[in-house]
Amino acid sequence: MAEYENIFFDNASTTKVDDRVYAEMEPYFRQYYGNPSSLHSFGDFASTKIEEARGKVAALINTGEEEIYFTSCGTESNNFALWGIARALKDKGNHIITSAIEHYSILNPLKEMQKEGWNVTIIPVDEFGFVNPGDIKKAITKDTVLISVMHANNEIGTIQKIKAIATVAKEAEVLFHSDGIATAGIIPVDVKELGIDVYSFSAQQMYGPKGAAALYIKKGIKIRPLLLGGTQEKGRRAGTENVPAIVGFGKACEIAQAELGDCVKNITILRDNLIEGIKNSIDKVKLNGHPVMRLPGNVHISYEFVEGESILLMLNLQGIEAASGSSCASQALKSSHVLLAINLTPTMAQGSVLFSLGKYNNREQVDKVIKVLPPIIERLRQMSPLCK
Amino acid sequence: MVTYNEKVMQHFMNPQNVGDIKDADGIGEVGNPVCGDMMTFYIKVKDNKLEDVKFKTFGCGAAIAVSSMVSQIAKGKTLEEALKITNKDVAEELGGLPKNKMHCSNLGADALHAAIKDYMKKHPKQK
Repeated sequence: MAEYENIFFDNASTTKVDDRVYAEMEPYFRQYYGNPSSLHSFGDFASTKIEEARGKVAALINTGEEEIYFTSCGTESNNFALWGIARALKDKGNHIITSAIEHYSILNPLKEMQKEGWNVTIIPVDEFGFVNPGDIKKAITKDTVLISVMHANNEIGTIQKIKAIATVAKEAEVLFHSDGIATAGIIPVDVKELGIDVYSFSAQQMYGPKGAAALYIKKGIKIRPLLLGGTQEKGRRAGTENVPAIVGFGKACEIAQAELGDCVKNITILRDNLIEGIKNSIDKVKLNGHPVMRLPGNVHISYEFVEGESILLMLNLQGIEAASGSSCASQALKSSHVLLAINLTPTMAQGSVLFSLGKYNNREQVDKVIKVLPPIIERLRQMSPLCK
Repeated sequence: MVTYNEKVMQHFMNPQNVGDIKDADGIGEVGNPVCGDMMTFYIKVKDNKLEDVKFKTFGCGAAIAVSSMVSQIAKGKTLEEALKITNKDVAEELGGLPKNKMHCSNLGADALHAAIKDYMKKHPKQK
């Protein structure tokens, strides 16, 4: 198969599977393909491998193996957390607090839950995308059973003041869930130290395969299962385990734990090079999200007078893959709710492009984008009625 | 990402008639940046025909391609003929647009018509 020569600057959507992860997974498709629930030793072998992976996954975020539950994807983990805890605590209360910039896999289940009788308070964010822990505190009532605030926003990169939010939650004796899909395996995460009770994260964001994710549930927390059927995952998540993907997830976590420090350092340098390069060669641009408390690879910038999808199309023609929060770039034809929540003007929201760098990107690629982007923006601005 | 066909991509990469007309006979503006698509059409009219058509567009690939195609179809036509250009004609000329981009083709025809109507308002026909 031909090598796809491209510049993949869309690591926020997914990442390339590490060669070592792939090698680790391979035997579990055609050699050790047993069902872990089977009684024979062939199935038992697969079961052992899942438990080994569970240990590695737990170690990455500093939890016990017994606190890790495997799911199929980050979205499932988020749904599991919300529905599972809300239902378990129905007798205690029906109020949930979240932020305006959560991923749709948090906001949409909550919308559905509102139809079924739960009350949801959505806390606005500031211009950097920060949730103010004080605002959460003010919103807590005797009926509040869960606070869910994402660790970092996948779009604008801002990393939340998680410890402060956790403290607010603890003082009020409310459970704290955090969507860590954009942070686990990318920046150091210690859920005990951060004070998080429930945490979603996914393999495919950390150079692992699609199809395996997890929900960390602190020991002692009650949760209703989302998927019912067999007794896998101690009865909390039915369904035949995706053994290859889980094995891959374990390996990805093991690699992340060892190499994360260097990755953060290197990717941050590339990120800042790209930001500086763009700011130096294109005027009327705005970096979105907090400049320092941001994910190591996130370069989210709005370009005045032009629209995101047309920028992406032109980048794509040059072999560069990126993303955008414009209406036209979304399947739903709606501007990103995150960009509107940080009070970007509608035009700036439309003119946004996200470059999300990962460990397989390099300086040459950054330099190419810095070279190629200014003429694209210039060309589109010449066409634009907004650019006088 | 939306997949555009070759003709749409051609018009996107090399749009025809981009620009404005300083002493335009008619100007039509539709859409708005809030929605993500905005087109401004400028026309020069001579002997009831569209002597020149130019446009500026803020929008996605489909929006730019549609504007280019509309300007191309419209140039040289009489005002009445140009008013009959529909979004379907535009989409057809482009060999089709993805379903969720069809609204862009509406905008193109509408912007052209707005420019013609602007001209007609400034030059009411003598009875």
